[in-house]
Amino acid sequence: MANQATLTKKDFQSDQEVRWCPGCGDYVILSAIQKYMADVGADPSQVVFVSGIGCSSRFPYYMNTYGFHTIHGRAPAFATGIKAANPELDVWLVTGDGDAMSIGGNHFIHLLRRNINMNLLMFNNQIYGLTKGQYSPTSPEGTRTKTSPMGTIDRPFNPISLALGANGTFVARTLDTDSKHMAWIFAAAHKHQGTAFVEILQNCVIFNKDFYDDTVAKDVRAEKTIDLIPGEKMIYGAESEKGLLVKGWDVQVCSAEDADVWDAGTESSAPAFLMSQMDDDPNLPMPLGIFRSVEATCYDKAVNQQIEEAIAKEGPGDLKELIWSGNCWEID
Amino acid sequence: MTTLKKPGSELPLEQLENVVIRFAGDSGDGMQITGNQFTLTSALVGNDLATLPDFPAEIRAPVGTRPGVSGFQLQFSSNDIHTPGDAPDVLVAMNPAALAVNLSSLKAGGIVVVNTGSFKETDLRKAKLDTNPLEDGSLDAFRVIPVDINQRVLDALSDSELSKKDKTRCKNFYTLGLMYWVYSRPLEPTMEWLGEKFAKKPELRDANRKALQSGYNAGDIHELFQGRYEVPKTDELPAGTYRNINGNQAVAMGVVAGAQLAGLRPVLGSYPITPASTILEELAGLKRFGVITMQLEDEIAAICAAIGASFTGSLGITCTSGPGMALKSEAMGLAVSAELPLLILDIQRAGPSTGMPTKVEQSDLLQAVFGRNGDTPMPVLAVSSPSDALEVTIEACRIAVEYMTPVILLSDNFIANGSEPWLLPDVAALKEFPVQFATDPEGHQTYKRDAKGSRPWVKPGTPKMAFRIGGLEKDTDGNISYEPDNHQAMTNQRHQKVLNVADTYPPTEVVGEAEGDLLVLGWGSSKGIITQASIDSCQAGRKVSRLHLRNIWPLPKDLDEILTGFKAILVPEMNMGQLTRVLRSEMPQHNFISYSKVTGQPFLVSEITDKIARILED
Repeated sequence: MANQATLTKKDFQSDQEVRWCPGCGDYVILSAIQKYMADVGADPSQVVFVSGIGCSSRFPYYMNTYGFHTIHGRAPAFATGIKAANPELDVWLVTGDGDAMSIGGNHFIHLLRRNINMNLLMFNNQIYGLTKGQYSPTSPEGTRTKTSPMGTIDRPFNPISLALGANGTFVARTLDTDSKHMAWIFAAAHKHQGTAFVEILQNCVIFNKDFYDDTVAKDVRAEKTIDLIPGEKMIYGAESEKGLLVKGWDVQVCSAEDADVWDAGTESSAPAFLMSQMDDDPNLPMPLGIFRSVEATCYDKAVNQQIEEAIAKEGPGDLKELIWSGNCWEID
Repeated sequence: MTTLKKPGSELPLEQLENVVIRFAGDSGDGMQITGNQFTLTSALVGNDLATLPDFPAEIRAPVGTRPGVSGFQLQFSSNDIHTPGDAPDVLVAMNPAALAVNLSSLKAGGIVVVNTGSFKETDLRKAKLDTNPLEDGSLDAFRVIPVDINQRVLDALSDSELSKKDKTRCKNFYTLGLMYWVYSRPLEPTMEWLGEKFAKKPELRDANRKALQSGYNAGDIHELFQGRYEVPKTDELPAGTYRNINGNQAVAMGVVAGAQLAGLRPVLGSYPITPASTILEELAGLKRFGVITMQLEDEIAAICAAIGASFTGSLGITCTSGPGMALKSEAMGLAVSAELPLLILDIQRAGPSTGMPTKVEQSDLLQAVFGRNGDTPMPVLAVSSPSDALEVTIEACRIAVEYMTPVILLSDNFIANGSEPWLLPDVAALKEFPVQFATDPEGHQTYKRDAKGSRPWVKPGTPKMAFRIGGLEKDTDGNISYEPDNHQAMTNQRHQKVLNVADTYPPTEVVGEAEGDLLVLGWGSSKGIITQASIDSCQAGRKVSRLHLRNIWPLPKDLDEILTGFKAILVPEMNMGQLTRVLRSEMPQHNFISYSKVTGQPFLVSEITDKIARILED
């Protein structure tokens, strides 16, 4: 990549004042991305950040790269057009749980289905922030907000399960409080050929403060979460003493020695789906890390390949030949 | 085989100038193919022609019912003609439903060719007829040619090993052959077409060819007609090379041409919708031109992907019809706010809501000009005929890239599916309008405007030119700004930029006197009908001039002065007076008379001439 070693994190910061609430998890994610870009020597002129609408979607304004802040829920469709027209661009889509799972649900699943070669970062704070605190499609059942004074009655989406159901080829989860973990996941996502879906649990300090503390706060995280690391044993616990093994259709807690090795590359996404469903089981840890990473055709490449094939087979199109084709006749 | 007389050799041959023929049958009877083949052959014979396909939205409505009737009307002529004709001279009715639905439009004394094989008790019941029109006197005013086409085609194909069902399906080619005999048309073009169409199914190719030939021979053997007709080739069309073209084909070519003239790659995002889908289909087959076509998950994704392509420096295009336009309107607003070029093709159909998907209407005009949130101006152009479509589509591309703006191109169902001879343009003479992308950071600002009011276009990937844009209000640098004065200034600039487009229009043309009692002002697909109605009116001693608008928004700057020359301006539209509303609000001092028709069918020439007569008599 160009400009290697000459660019620093600061070079990826735009001159715009960042306008998120003080303490918002978005700051940490922004900083982690800027650092990641500098660390891998990304060329800012080749990078495009695309977003929809919501707090997270202001992200492109703060990156000193190309950026397109589009309309609510539709960023995946814009990104699809951008990548199809220029597959060389390094495209990052930043979205939130409302933008991606609610108004943009349709585009979200079709982006994953097409496997456009790009990265999709979904900040999940389980709440609508920019519209001031209404529940989102990932809010747990019973969540009380201004639009659900008696508690929500709709069952939430599990973003990881949804992404797997849509045939996502790279599905991962990370945490806004852990820069190192984010850097690991960003690197793996960036390396992946295809749509890399990354759910980032993100704190909304105003409307859903510390919603994830029961599972990911420093003092409980080791017990309540597990990192899915491809090729490594599924181990967790304060002393790394516990493990997970898959028996039939069940995930069971076992000793560290008996733990299964995590394989994110199985042909079927069933193991990853099983892992994603642990979120709902209070006796099992919530998984972070890489659920799935498999290879598949990328639409953006294939759509251009078809053009090359057509040109190779039929020769480059000639406008006159096109217009003057079919059954022509002369009038003198 | 019996020895044949040379077909028609002993029958009188009468010369005609014009014939209007309508093929009508069940949706599954192949009437569109029949009509298209008759069209192709007539074009190759050298006639001028115009067509009006008219089919139901259902792919196969219940067999034999009235809603399932599919029709194809064409006028072919040795004169320069402008319409598919008001009333058919000949109706070919393949079943009772087709007869019942179409009989009222047939000319008095016209010919009805009836497939008597489909007039059994059950057929009549399906068509909701209590009595058999062949026997109850309802055809007394017409010349009826009864032919049991069902049986004839089975007889003709008695040697074939095809199933009875497959043999019966050849009846449209038998019918076509018969009509070719009546109008002295050659069989070769259709024979050739069948050869290509059924290249991999020789048994079907041979059966259909035999049916065509048998129908042709039958004209002579069975002495169904007293004579044959000939419509000589026209000598009224300008010299040159012609081909037959429909509107959607021509728009697709216009997209390829427009992008090429701009030096850009065309990227189409689309979602199938009647009657626009064939543009997506056409362009999907033109990959060798570098055209990217994407069939997205919905109408919204389709326009968003196209805008994404424009963001990268390609020419984004989306094609749709009314309901899809409604879904796309938020994204259009973004394209206006971001100031990116985009071509939006709206092939209008009858609304509101799903309306009548296969019927024509011009009722998206106000939606195109005004139908978005905020002050969101956008140039709007209208195609007037299939042979006009290439040029207008190229013009829409030019405006889009020169003014960095989305542009709406309005066509409609009549143009999309109707066809006519097209005098092929000199491709080498098409004027290029190459895009210059901005690459120099020195003094560059994302929304710094040139003399036209247009902003620079930067391709992502260009070093040191990174920008961020979006739907939030921005300042000249492209940064978010909620400053009151800035929003006023940017709104004014976007508004003025679109008005500036009118500076590049050629002078508006009035056909006829520049002053007078009445000007007929039309837009879109009614051009041919208005042209014919004006000619007929003038011949009847009624002085009218006519003007056809290509640029719906912004309106031409010379229009106001032109209208001053007329006491009244008649505006026929297939909507409830939408252009009339725009004209009245922009140029309130003129006397506009709205003439509205929303039956899902084009105007008849006679409707316009009658209206002209009534106005001039008052």
